[in-house]
Amino acid sequence: MVSVAILGAAGGIGQPLSLLLKLNTAVTRLSLYDLINVPGVAADVSHINTDSAVEYYIGQDQLNAALEGIDIVIIPAGVPRRPGMTRDDLFNINASIVRGLVEAIAESCPHAIIGVISNPVNSTVPIAAEVLKEKGVYDPKRLFGITTLDVVRASRFIRDIRPEIDTTTLRVPVVGGHSGNTIVPLISLAEPKIELSQKETEDVTHRIQFGGDEVVKAKDGAGSATLSMACAAARFADSVIRSFGGAAVIEPAFVPLAADSSGAESIRKLGAGDLEFFAVPVLLGKEGTSKILPIAGVSAYEAGAIKTAAAELKKNIDKGVHYTKNS
Amino acid sequence: MVSVAILGAAGGIGQPLSLLLKLNTNVTKLNLYDIVNVPGVAKDVSHVATNSEVTSYLGPAQLAAAVTDIDLAIIPAGVPRKPGMTRDDLFKINASIVKGLVEAIAENSPKAFIGIISNPVNSTVPIAAEVLKAKGVYDPKRLFGVTTLDVVRASRFVRDIRPEIDSAGLRVPVVGGHSGNTIVPLLSLASTKVDLSQKEVEELTHRIQFGGDEVVQAKDGAGSATLSMAYAGSRFADSIIRALNGETVVEPTFIPLEADAEGAKEIRALGAGDLEFFAVPVELGREGTKRIVPLGSVTEFESAAIKVAAEALASNIATGVNFVKSSSA
Repeated sequence: MVSVAILGAAGGIGQPLSLLLKLNTAVTRLSLYDLINVPGVAADVSHINTDSAVEYYIGQDQLNAALEGIDIVIIPAGVPRRPGMTRDDLFNINASIVRGLVEAIAESCPHAIIGVISNPVNSTVPIAAEVLKEKGVYDPKRLFGITTLDVVRASRFIRDIRPEIDTTTLRVPVVGGHSGNTIVPLISLAEPKIELSQKETEDVTHRIQFGGDEVVKAKDGAGSATLSMACAAARFADSVIRSFGGAAVIEPAFVPLAADSSGAESIRKLGAGDLEFFAVPVLLGKEGTSKILPIAGVSAYEAGAIKTAAAELKKNIDKGVHYTKNS
Repeated sequence: MVSVAILGAAGGIGQPLSLLLKLNTNVTKLNLYDIVNVPGVAKDVSHVATNSEVTSYLGPAQLAAAVTDIDLAIIPAGVPRKPGMTRDDLFKINASIVKGLVEAIAENSPKAFIGIISNPVNSTVPIAAEVLKAKGVYDPKRLFGVTTLDVVRASRFVRDIRPEIDSAGLRVPVVGGHSGNTIVPLLSLASTKVDLSQKEVEELTHRIQFGGDEVVQAKDGAGSATLSMAYAGSRFADSIIRALNGETVVEPTFIPLEADAEGAKEIRALGAGDLEFFAVPVELGREGTKRIVPLGSVTEFESAAIKVAAEALASNIATGVNFVKSSSA
């Protein structure tokens, strides 16, 4: 019995995400929430012949009801980027949306696993943490920024330059944050091992870091990544669900390092320093983050990139924390 | 190696359908065609970590390239219904869209399998057939109207009133056409016997027939079924792909009955009469429609429903055929 809520279910990401989670046979109940259009999305998705029940909740008044009895909350709500915008430009609008939603989660399903998609993740996850702390229900093991798409892009972009590689089995750890140069793919730690020249490493690293911009540009004002983001978020949700069932699942995610202080030592030494949050490969369990997996043997280039990422991420995190403390 | 083209890939159905077919590991090449927005959709979907290559084709000048060297074309292109509209109201717009797309397929990949989603399917499939005949490349075994959603709805709606039933495992044959009372669910032939009162059978039948309207109404002007239709379309495409790879697959679909004239005798006797097209359960193979799967005996209620469906369908089919015959070349 797994109940999943999607907050922002009628949006560009929310709709295909609702479809993918309706197709996930481990989900027993799907709760779709949005400010508009969600009755139609729910009716549509409810016709799919999997056994889960679909409910919709529309408008602020129904938000708490949407969250009753929920095990996993995924939050795609918010506005997407337009060409020329950074994820930070979205901050003011999305910060306030995420804050309101997490307040309701704290009230109605404080033990739920929370997966935040709403950008800028580097700041909205800290906002979520502060709200949960204020409400006295904070559990660093149960809060995640969904960075799966960076790892998905890493695998796929490497295949683009090495077409003999099977992208479905290539695993590339990605650490840091979820925007531009805070994204640090650790290609030297890819499994199976791959050989790239330094130039190739730099080009593909840059492409992974700005993969989101690639889509924003191609959409030319019509939005940002929706379909690939939905796929990544569905994969994240599925990993959490499988870990509930006892499977040992490793998933990359942007987490509070307090979720596993001793596990976090290696990434702190590599450059995360005393940052409160960092994307790392996480071993999931019934409690959420069970362990942060150690990272060792990065290249000098990657070590440099981690430090650059950490410096940038510190500002993004502080902005999120500051926003909540001053509202 | 299976190449699939989605014509109308940037639309409400096309986008989630593109995602689902990108996730299908049997697809090696995905050609996404539309008249607007498709570069962005293709770029988005191309980031998904499966091995297929995605190519975007934008506008009529690129249509021929989009449908060259493809094994399967799925056509969701067209406008969706708004509340109060029947699928027939879409006819004029969608008829001409489908005609143009099928002409390009006939010219560039005449052996491709064609799956039509664009409504009204009861008329657009006959349009496609006439275009293919006019081009001298018609193979009734390779043309399909995608009616999978009716069968999906049948399973799910049964579960809505019998919650102990596993809807994914329940198979309900649905015959006839793809709109209102041309849709005939054969609940008496469900793969798991379900005990329903006559009233329940009638209500369920009605709900399955007007499932599309349910979504159009709930969307209140914002469109018709997109996500569930994308799922159904991808399930249909997957059946074709598996059949192309040598598997024997059964899929419900709206086909030219001459694809299996012998096998069609049963449905003709049940009420399809001499209609050229009818939705039936089809066994697929490398050639497309291998045979029509026999049904067995139906109830009186179902038998009557088939006759009513056939009558309405006759006029929908004629509308499609006449559209092509009276269009200038």
